[in-house]
Amino acid sequence: MANLTREETLDLIAEVLEVYPEKAKKDRAKHLAVNDQSIEQSKKCITSNRKSLPGVMTVRGCAYAGSKGVVWGPIKDMIHISHGPVGCGQYSRAGRRNYYVGMTGVDTFGTMNFTSDFQEKDIVFGGDKKLAKLIDEIEQLFPLNKGISIQSECPIGLIGDDIEAVAKKKGKEIEKPIVPVRCEGFRGVSQSLGHHIANDAIRDWVIGNRDGDDSFATTPYDVAVIGDYNIGGDAWASRILLEEMGLRVVAQWSGDGTIAEMELTPKVKLNLIHCYRSMNYISRHMEEKYGIPWMEYNFFGPTKIAESLRKIAAFFDETIQANAEAVIAKYQAQYDAVIAKYRPRLEGKRVMLYVGGLRPRHVIGAYEDLGMEVVGTGYEFAHNDDYDRTIKDMAESTLLYDDVTGYEFEEFVKRIKPDLIGSGIKEKYIFQKMGIPFRQMHSWDYSGPYHGYDGFSIFARDMDMTINNPCWGKMQAPWLATEAAEEEPAQARA
Amino acid sequence: MPSVMIRKSDSGALLFYVAKKDMEETIATVETDTPQTWGGEVELTDGSRWYIDPISPPPIFPTTLRFKRAD
Repeated sequence: MANLTREETLDLIAEVLEVYPEKAKKDRAKHLAVNDQSIEQSKKCITSNRKSLPGVMTVRGCAYAGSKGVVWGPIKDMIHISHGPVGCGQYSRAGRRNYYVGMTGVDTFGTMNFTSDFQEKDIVFGGDKKLAKLIDEIEQLFPLNKGISIQSECPIGLIGDDIEAVAKKKGKEIEKPIVPVRCEGFRGVSQSLGHHIANDAIRDWVIGNRDGDDSFATTPYDVAVIGDYNIGGDAWASRILLEEMGLRVVAQWSGDGTIAEMELTPKVKLNLIHCYRSMNYISRHMEEKYGIPWMEYNFFGPTKIAESLRKIAAFFDETIQANAEAVIAKYQAQYDAVIAKYRPRLEGKRVMLYVGGLRPRHVIGAYEDLGMEVVGTGYEFAHNDDYDRTIKDMAESTLLYDDVTGYEFEEFVKRIKPDLIGSGIKEKYIFQKMGIPFRQMHSWDYSGPYHGYDGFSIFARDMDMTINNPCWGKMQAPWLATEAAEEEPAQARA
Repeated sequence: MPSVMIRKSDSGALLFYVAKKDMEETIATVETDTPQTWGGEVELTDGSRWYIDPISPPPIFPTTLRFKRAD
């Protein structure tokens, strides 16, 4: 199907909005836009980071999800207490696939769930005593933990428990950092505020811990990788490229990361941010307090990797710059072969994306390297600065949707008929049943890594495996098929 | 009176970032920008105007300052 023109896309938005009541329609209209590359500031065309409408299906998470799930959870050698009722921790444990090395339950605790399991009496009488007891139990059962963070769930804020006081008192007793995080789920409109709260907690309780301690031997080539969540091993595939360039990766935050690495981050020369949305706050803080420059990089697809490697190298001397070129040259044969193999199979396929806070723009380059085209993109919880960055990456008159509702997304897909959709588990089965190839772009559909040159070959293979899967031609039961229906899929594939 | 973090962008322009509002804008003009003092009325590219008492000597960026709305 040919791409829509600007007018057709505008008509489509208007048509989709038609079913809403007047007030909801007015609100939703601000979140849907047609991309116009001439616009410098996204706020002129799209509204983001606003409260979702009651009654529509949104896939957003809460502040607790942003703090415990995204920023704190992957710090593997700390124990993160889900403080409150049992469900929040249990239903979010181990689902995000941020890989780590270590013995779970001995010195690493990434996939485990620690909770204070609030009951009615804790709501009535307060849960501070229970929290103190829980910390003692953790110390006894898991003595190799390097620290504890207290991730508040909604009731903690509602009943006004003083988790900071407990954290201070117990921290002195066990002589380990205990970090209280006020990330109650009701704060903010999405997980985005949880990222911010978690960043502020790191700023207040972790970053300054080694100020004035110069015992760590630094080199001029120290960098920290921030905001790479090591989904399916992403951070490892990124790290080897940086190390081959001659840089020393001192810290790998929140993707196979440890608290010691986080404490050392103020000693590095450059902070590399992969997920800007969740980690820009702490990078800005370190720039102000320690004068560490930071930059966003993108390790999806060879074009963007080469661009990013050169940009990173520009912060260092000529040796590193020469090394960056050498790394790009070294992998050229590998990625050329991947493109040669998969591009003919994927050329011209159209993709719609709807992911969290960085992938809707970061993976565009990787798809383009394979000759595919992104015809619609949107974020769950982005802010306007993310859309500023997206507008330039997207083609003219493509569709942008912010915090898209289940209904809108389905209608857009019915009309645009993309060849592939990249989104999350909540969308997966709806679209698969509609007969449209689908990849989960949060968890890489249990595959990965997708970052780096090694990741690109897996990315290309997975996209090919999904789009060219023979099952898409067999959506109708054979006894229901008419002759016309049998011919149609054959034509579609031709 | 929001706290504003001012930092230099890659292109050398000054960025005006309000953490509370997650607002990041480029500074278009600064009333006083001499080697001795920096401050006064600041206009952003989105047209909004902010005020800060001139600081002398000029601050070293990035830094956090408290601004007032000028209008």
